[in-house]
Amino acid sequence: MQPERMLLSGDEAVAWAARDGHVKLGTGYPGTPSTEILEAFSELGGQAQWSPNEKVALEVAIGAAFAGARAICTMKHVGLNVAADPLFTVAYTGVQGALVIVSADDPGMSSSQNEQDNRRYAVAAGVPMLEPADSQEAYDFTLLAIEISERWQIPVLLRMTTRVCHSYTVVRPRPPVAPPPAAHFERDVAHRVMIPAYARPAHVRLRQKLDAIAQWNETGGPNRVIEGTGARGIITSGISYMHVREADPDAAVLKLGLTHPLPLGAMREFARAHGRTTVVEEGDPYLADAALAAGLAVETKPAMFRFGELNVDRVRRILNGDVSPEAKLPPGKPPELCPGCPHRSVFTALRELGCIVAGDIGCYTLGVLPPFNALDTCVCMGAGITVGLGLRQVLPPEEARRVVSVIGDSTFVHSGITGLVEAVYNPPATGHLTIILDNGTTAMTGMQEHPGTGRSLDHGRAGKVIFEDLVESLGMARPVVIDPTVDTAGFQSLVREALACGGIRVIIARRDCLLATSKIKSYEQALGQEACLAPNE
Amino acid sequence: MPPMNKVVNVVIAGLGGQGALKASDIVAGAAFRCGLEVKKSEIHGMSQRGGSVTSDVRFGAEVFSPMVPPGEADFLVVLAPSQVENNRWQLRPGGTLIPPDLAGENTLGSKKCLNVALAGALSVFLDLPQEQWLAAIRANLPEKVHAMNLDAFQKGRQAAARLRR
Repeated sequence: MQPERMLLSGDEAVAWAARDGHVKLGTGYPGTPSTEILEAFSELGGQAQWSPNEKVALEVAIGAAFAGARAICTMKHVGLNVAADPLFTVAYTGVQGALVIVSADDPGMSSSQNEQDNRRYAVAAGVPMLEPADSQEAYDFTLLAIEISERWQIPVLLRMTTRVCHSYTVVRPRPPVAPPPAAHFERDVAHRVMIPAYARPAHVRLRQKLDAIAQWNETGGPNRVIEGTGARGIITSGISYMHVREADPDAAVLKLGLTHPLPLGAMREFARAHGRTTVVEEGDPYLADAALAAGLAVETKPAMFRFGELNVDRVRRILNGDVSPEAKLPPGKPPELCPGCPHRSVFTALRELGCIVAGDIGCYTLGVLPPFNALDTCVCMGAGITVGLGLRQVLPPEEARRVVSVIGDSTFVHSGITGLVEAVYNPPATGHLTIILDNGTTAMTGMQEHPGTGRSLDHGRAGKVIFEDLVESLGMARPVVIDPTVDTAGFQSLVREALACGGIRVIIARRDCLLATSKIKSYEQALGQEACLAPNE
Repeated sequence: MPPMNKVVNVVIAGLGGQGALKASDIVAGAAFRCGLEVKKSEIHGMSQRGGSVTSDVRFGAEVFSPMVPPGEADFLVVLAPSQVENNRWQLRPGGTLIPPDLAGENTLGSKKCLNVALAGALSVFLDLPQEQWLAAIRANLPEKVHAMNLDAFQKGRQAAARLRR
């Protein structure tokens, strides 16, 4: 039943390992480059579900792991910021089953607002971290993460990067592992109720676990030495290892797989044995800082290689100490809002009305580019509403009245709702207008479902959050729903009126994403047929 | 298929929606079916919105980085005329460009088959058995478009054979 050999993306490899490792529940929020993990897990028959946001997803996964089940929770790097609150404390509580948290980082920002290096989270929260370098390791390390999580009763961070998530490499699956005992609940308040009296010893326990894992990692961890023929030694991890092997095939390499807690003893031994040793890593100088702090004599990369992805060429430069300016590559064609995209009408109107537009994360962030030039801020998920409120609070009234917040439907559910609560609770003197750009899908990440679509991850029937009802329930006027593409003049006058009224208003600009329309239709048709087959349910 | 000593580097470039990634799936699939070590790398995300897309495929006995190093592509396959010049730097000196106008669009059943036609052109230069290419095409495309694409693949091969002479 297991294929002997497969060509899988890193994301798919994690999904296969989750299936082969008897993961009971997969949770997450879509985010490039992590999205395909749960989609693939679902297709392989696993129980996978999108949560409204990463914090919720992680908390649901924690509950599953408290009950002794194996759980995986996936997100992009910035998602872990949202989920940081539960992360730091689940490190204290520990878990009874297994909890694997996947952070898919995006060095070079192929589709992100920053290139934060989430290896820092492993240190800050105190959780073990694995860094796969290709799909085989993505598969192996997911299974290993489950093993480590169960052995030390600790959540494990699987830190991937865009090139590992989205590269296809050959995977040979492993023999089946044993399933865990059935999920069950055992009361254990000292481990699960983090009041100070229980949290103080829990912190001590966490440090003891990390000490034990560090010791195991020195000799039993997934780290290996590739003997070289040259004079140089290189310490590396993740995708950088692949570039290193190609850039300097003669170098001896210490390839680290479990990079928190680090095997500092093995690193020291390697550096001592190989004389000139260079640390090669993408992103922050995480390994380098730790090595230098431990007093290891290692060379580190020049500051210019902290930015962007590494590749074979850039690794050669690091090894040669070449800090000459890098050639600027000819620019490709930038992405743009699709022809016929409903967001186009919205941004044209906002531009014509001279609005100051606080934007958010999604396809519609492209409204910042010509020909629209109609977005003025974009910070993080949900900030469209709240940054807009902040602008309104301090700008002189004539400017404040021009401020509009735009936010997509999936983003609104993710973290826009609390922004509206803020608007009701601390209304700016000039009022405020939020436009929910409801295109019926999480378009940017590849058309995933969300609580506003009424369909689950696998496009089955699910509960549906009705935005109009939700907004009204906060004590605001019921939002006007309008298709911005049908009546562009009507949409523009609606915005003008809402801005002039001085109240807290929401407009829902609703029209399905052009790319999703036919898919949505086919999902709904399939669900309609199901309903006909089971009329009495 | 004997192991290849040298890694073969292919870069496929186009615009979002043209099927550049599907073409690279087929190239990678053909090499994978020959038992070779294969890596394929691309960037998703923003590129889906009509922007430039490139996909790297590397195969041989042993492949490390999934990305073709700058200026080391043996083959550059380009699906859009606007994407030829800005990708030329990827090609090594003496490398082969397979341009979009190689397989005349008019001779293809649909311009949607251009990606497979150019994969066909590429196949002429690579030492992979044709049956593996055909299997990879079938595995990567829905059945109803098999005939059209297998035809495009052959047309691409013929065009490339003319180019080679």
